[in-house]
Amino acid sequence: MSPAEPATAASEGAATGPRSAPPSAARWWWTFGLLRSELGVTLRRWRTLALLGILAALPVLIGIAVKVETGDGGGSGGGEGPAFIHQVTNNGLFLVFTALAATLPFFLPMTVGVVAGDSVAGEAAAGTLRYLLVAPAGRSRLLLAKFASVVVFCLLATLVVAASALLVGVALFPVGDVTLLSGVTVSFGEGLLRALAIALAVTVSLLGLAALGLFVSTLTGSGIAAMSATVGLLITVQILAVIPQLDALHPYLFPYHWLSFADLLRAPVLWDDVLANAGLQALYVAVFGSAAWARFTSRDIAA
Amino acid sequence: MGNTGNTGDTGDTGKSRPGKKAMRYAVPVAVAAVTVASVGLVPALAESGDPELPEITAEELVAKIAASDVQRLSGTVEISSDLGIPGLPGGGGGGLFGGGPHGERGERGEGAAPYDGAAPEGEQSPADPADKLLELAGGEHTLRVAIDGPERQRLSVVEETAEYSLIHNAGEVWAYDSASDTAYHAEAPEGGAERERPAPGPQDLTPGEAAEQLLGAVDDTTAVRVEGTTTVAGRDAYELAVAPKDAAHSTVEAVRIAVDAENGTPLRFALDAGDGGAPLVEAAYTEVDFGKPAAELFTFTPPKGTEVTEADEWDAAEGPAGGHGAGGVNGLPGLGSLAELGGDVEVVGEGWSSVVKIAAPPGVVGEGAGLGSPEADGFLDKLTERVEGDFGTGRVFGTRLVNAMLTDDGTVYLGAVTKDGLVEAANAG
Repeated sequence: MSPAEPATAASEGAATGPRSAPPSAARWWWTFGLLRSELGVTLRRWRTLALLGILAALPVLIGIAVKVETGDGGGSGGGEGPAFIHQVTNNGLFLVFTALAATLPFFLPMTVGVVAGDSVAGEAAAGTLRYLLVAPAGRSRLLLAKFASVVVFCLLATLVVAASALLVGVALFPVGDVTLLSGVTVSFGEGLLRALAIALAVTVSLLGLAALGLFVSTLTGSGIAAMSATVGLLITVQILAVIPQLDALHPYLFPYHWLSFADLLRAPVLWDDVLANAGLQALYVAVFGSAAWARFTSRDIAA
Repeated sequence: MGNTGNTGDTGDTGKSRPGKKAMRYAVPVAVAAVTVASVGLVPALAESGDPELPEITAEELVAKIAASDVQRLSGTVEISSDLGIPGLPGGGGGGLFGGGPHGERGERGEGAAPYDGAAPEGEQSPADPADKLLELAGGEHTLRVAIDGPERQRLSVVEETAEYSLIHNAGEVWAYDSASDTAYHAEAPEGGAERERPAPGPQDLTPGEAAEQLLGAVDDTTAVRVEGTTTVAGRDAYELAVAPKDAAHSTVEAVRIAVDAENGTPLRFALDAGDGGAPLVEAAYTEVDFGKPAAELFTFTPPKGTEVTEADEWDAAEGPAGGHGAGGVNGLPGLGSLAELGGDVEVVGEGWSSVVKIAAPPGVVGEGAGLGSPEADGFLDKLTERVEGDFGTGRVFGTRLVNAMLTDDGTVYLGAVTKDGLVEAANAG
């Protein structure tokens, strides 16, 4: 990984020597321990819980809005509104897809931006970063643990939206066999599986922004600055993505394939864009993840 | 280094010099560079040249298409059109969007309606197949096709987070629009030995249908030749060119059809323009499979609560379907309905150079093509081009495929020919 790696292993071996554990096992133990503590710190924050609460409330709002709108026998309003919203009244499961489609452009990435931006810079601002570095795990693995906990948050945030939407959908609307976008009918069980696959696809969609946020977070010592910079970047990119003159640039922007998760609802599944999305997110993770690593392992930690 | 005091910062930073640390930034730069390079180079390298196939004459190739008895097929078709009509939904080649947007598929085409000369008044089902065809006339779209014998076919238009499907299964035709969650249902006419189809719709846009219509219209104004080989959707294919003969003013350079070397299925259909730009219309498989498609693809049960429009009601609302001609060029939606505007319609010239001449209906046009006020004339000058000829003067409104001229006496000349072709036709007529 880096020329400094042998030195790391050696010094760690020395550090853990008295406990007579093999260096590699110790390294994994530390990584796991770090990840666990990182996750604990992230998920126990009031801020994180508030963000998840907002995400859980959104599907409730959408569900009630659809119910009220169609409850008095009002007809369908053509192809307007968020994706899948017209199918919601027939099948509550579609509320999962509607909720994800409605939160994906802004709410979901915004929460990811807050958590990712805060991950390193927040610790630096609070003065706890240097104590973390005391742990004999090395900065690379600390960063990895930070990124892993952000990834877990991405998954959790998506699942919170999906689960809340599923509960509201089942409570307010009929459920049953699912008619896919292509007009093919599948069982409710397969519909649930597809919903899970879509939640995973949405999680993958958020990884690029997570890496970007982590990188921004290593640049500054202020958590607020990193969070607002990440969310600002998100907004900027979303604006760039709708300017037709920047056509040539669009395929390289991380939200470009975000709506591809809908392709999982076709029969047969159209994989092209889903895979293209995964590739694009992997590219962002590779570029900004390694940039974050380069920055974090070489910068001075004064606070 | 300030951080060496942080004990336990195990050598990740402590023992490396600043130069080495700067080297770490080379990693993200290298990752980005490698990606950009591979995105740019891999497609170039993958294009390994055209396949070597046995020689074939144009007659043999046309016969091969006709004899093709592919009963089962599934695949993905990309269609694009760049007709140069300003403001057509999808933005295919209007000035604002340059050379056609990438990946902007699936716009809900509310802008399509104004171009439908025959659009009836009143409400229509969003699942109406004829309207869908209009929507597809602009920009880029992805279609998915599945065919299992003459009894079962389906075609769906892939839209962003939605899909429009047309399903034919043994005498029943369903159209389902997932965006509006509406369906359209028709019983296919019975006893017809012909292909059963409801009305002109998106199914006319697959390479096979387009090629069939074109080859049916070939006559002695047309030259058919084989132009080497190519690869479409990973399959070896011959390229058949159908070009206008002795039609100097045609806006069409040639129609090119890539024909599967093995089974004669048309895999790509392209209408190439005389101006050398992107094809006017192109439909090509990006993925094709000649195996049996899954049976579930051909069954459709409208979900509970879905609004279903029955064909009878629909026909009553629709009236006679708008004029859709047979040939590739004449098949442009809406063109045929111009003939219904009234006045005397006559065709000048023949084959690819033919121009439709519509004499002014009495009383419609006053004096000349001017609008009376200088401002209006200035606006008209921006949209159209003034031309002069032996016939007098007129204004030409041009697209890449079809040009139209309105002369000062109110006669309209319309055809898939260049401006000069229109002037010549006007001079002759």
